[in-house]
Amino acid sequence: MRKIMLVILFVPLAAFAAEGGYRLDRSPHEPTDLTSLQAGARTFVNYCLGCHGAQYMRYNRLTELGLTEQQIRDNLLFSAEKVGETMKIAMDTKQGKQWFGVAPPDLSVVARSRGADWLYTYLRTFYRDPKTQTGWNNAVFENVAMPHALYLLQGERGFDPKERQFTELSKGTHSQVEYDMAVRDLVNFLVYVGEPAAQRRKAIGIAVLFVLLGLLFPLTYWLKKEYWKDVH
Amino acid sequence: MASRLQALWGWFDSRMPTLGEQWRIHASEYYAPKNFNFWYFFGSLALLVLVIQILSGIFLTMNYKPDANLAFGSVEYIMRDVSGGWILRYIHSTGSSAFFVVVYLHMFRAMLYGSYHRPRELVWIFGVLIYLTLMGEAFFGYLLPWGQMSYWGAQVIVNLFGTVPFIGPDLALWIRGDYVVSDATLNRFFALHVIAFPLVLLGLVVAHLLALHDVGSNNPDGVEIKKLKGTDGRPLDGIPFHPYYTVKDLLGSVVFLAIFCAVMFFVPEMGGYFLEHNNFIPADPLKTPQHIAPVWYFTPYYSILRAVPPLFNSQFPGVLAMAIATIILLFLPWLDRSPVKSIRYRGVLYKSWLAAFVVVFVVLGYLGVKPTTVWGQFGFNAFFLDTKEVATWVARLCTVVYFLFFILMPWYTARDKVLPVPERVTA
Repeated sequence: MRKIMLVILFVPLAAFAAEGGYRLDRSPHEPTDLTSLQAGARTFVNYCLGCHGAQYMRYNRLTELGLTEQQIRDNLLFSAEKVGETMKIAMDTKQGKQWFGVAPPDLSVVARSRGADWLYTYLRTFYRDPKTQTGWNNAVFENVAMPHALYLLQGERGFDPKERQFTELSKGTHSQVEYDMAVRDLVNFLVYVGEPAAQRRKAIGIAVLFVLLGLLFPLTYWLKKEYWKDVH
Repeated sequence: MASRLQALWGWFDSRMPTLGEQWRIHASEYYAPKNFNFWYFFGSLALLVLVIQILSGIFLTMNYKPDANLAFGSVEYIMRDVSGGWILRYIHSTGSSAFFVVVYLHMFRAMLYGSYHRPRELVWIFGVLIYLTLMGEAFFGYLLPWGQMSYWGAQVIVNLFGTVPFIGPDLALWIRGDYVVSDATLNRFFALHVIAFPLVLLGLVVAHLLALHDVGSNNPDGVEIKKLKGTDGRPLDGIPFHPYYTVKDLLGSVVFLAIFCAVMFFVPEMGGYFLEHNNFIPADPLKTPQHIAPVWYFTPYYSILRAVPPLFNSQFPGVLAMAIATIILLFLPWLDRSPVKSIRYRGVLYKSWLAAFVVVFVVLGYLGVKPTTVWGQFGFNAFFLDTKEVATWVARLCTVVYFLFFILMPWYTARDKVLPVPERVTA
């Protein structure tokens, strides 16, 4: 017991080794672009939702992205019955572990833990690697358990870790620019799912600051000045 | 209308004169020095943040579930499905950091103007106890979102108690209620966070204020305003707290709330310092994060802990150093032998030591959020180098200065060349 505790105590001292590595690209996502968010939602339900859930996100919340409930039902509702349900998946953690080695994580708040730049780079840096179990590897997340879910779009690529150079092995349905845009949309959607209230938060923030600085500040400043006249 | 209100007040006053009496003692006839400056806002702001935390906390409790399987999800439920939930959560998370910001500035004010000097020793002691309680409160609260940082942060801190010789392991077990941080721990931390520590905190705040109002407030000149009274028995340099300081603090509160809201509505994560990125990953007892760092307000002490080398394979010396680093604050009134209170009339010795103290506190705080490898390694080897990490050695140097500030205080404050203190407050 004592030894375990000592080990845990020293974890922060010894840790921090694998940081660094591949340089992250800046994610060009635009949180107010509804078309991009809708495209991202479609990619998400088609390519991610098979293995990853977003169990804290409700389908009908996507009405915020300019979709009607009927549109959501017709186009996005694959793994649920009612539009008020959350984006859960059928696969449970145990099965996930069996099939992939680790259970695919829930993606509700992945944009908040990983950050948009990481996701944008990660989803674009898969490459063929015969040494891994899935036949896929990733330049950002080495020996990741996840195979390249979007390879039909991007095509297959090879990677030289020393030179940090990708080589094209086979073509996908998307050109490189189109693929980057698809990933941008997907990341945009994941950022939205991470904090759906984010845009409202900023809008309310502006109103609150206006009341505080525009109304209450002059009022209390004047009040203070009036009262303190007889002190100075 | 006015006469009706007066009649109503008269009804209360004749039945419970204590109300009016307390109002006079603590507000309308509490005479505060008229020369309070910027630094004197933070006391009332700390009270404001306390109220904000209690109110937002009450509403969070209505939807939060202190259960290892449900806690993380219930926080996301609050963020998404509870109407206004995200505002409450961000108020509370921003509030915890804001609390420490204002409390640190409030304590620094006391050090600038010698507010802990006789006769205000008890005010200071209650204040330090509030600070220590607040640290506990923040620590317990940080476990509740049940993210990776919550979990492993709690694991590391509870294990600190495990290093105490002889009783350590049993003590840690008793705190956790289990062999690892678990559902049992979450439940008791919830109880401590929402009821036990807030009660203690409120009691201490009342004691802090009562003690202050008995002896009266200090001021930037460190002059006792009660010494010189007018014919009406009121201090010449005093003004009634109400309305003068109530309106001034109202203005201060508005400015503070503007900054508070700017953070909470536009950068609630504050770049990972107020809400850590790793805490958006649900707690996993089997997966230790690569880098565990406490929230920023604990990092100066965390740095001290890491800086002290282990002895006989035990980290206890570091834990002891960390504990002493906070407890030593209690003795400040007796360590300071200066005949003057305010920094304005102190000599170069105290000013230099205080400046050094501020610098090492900030450096320790910075190093505490970074891994010890942050500044690389020394290029040479020497027999005394048990570690070649530059940051560890800088932290050690800072730790020594931190303690010397207190240990040498009786010596340098007594020898410092001080300026004559005026009879009345200036400006």
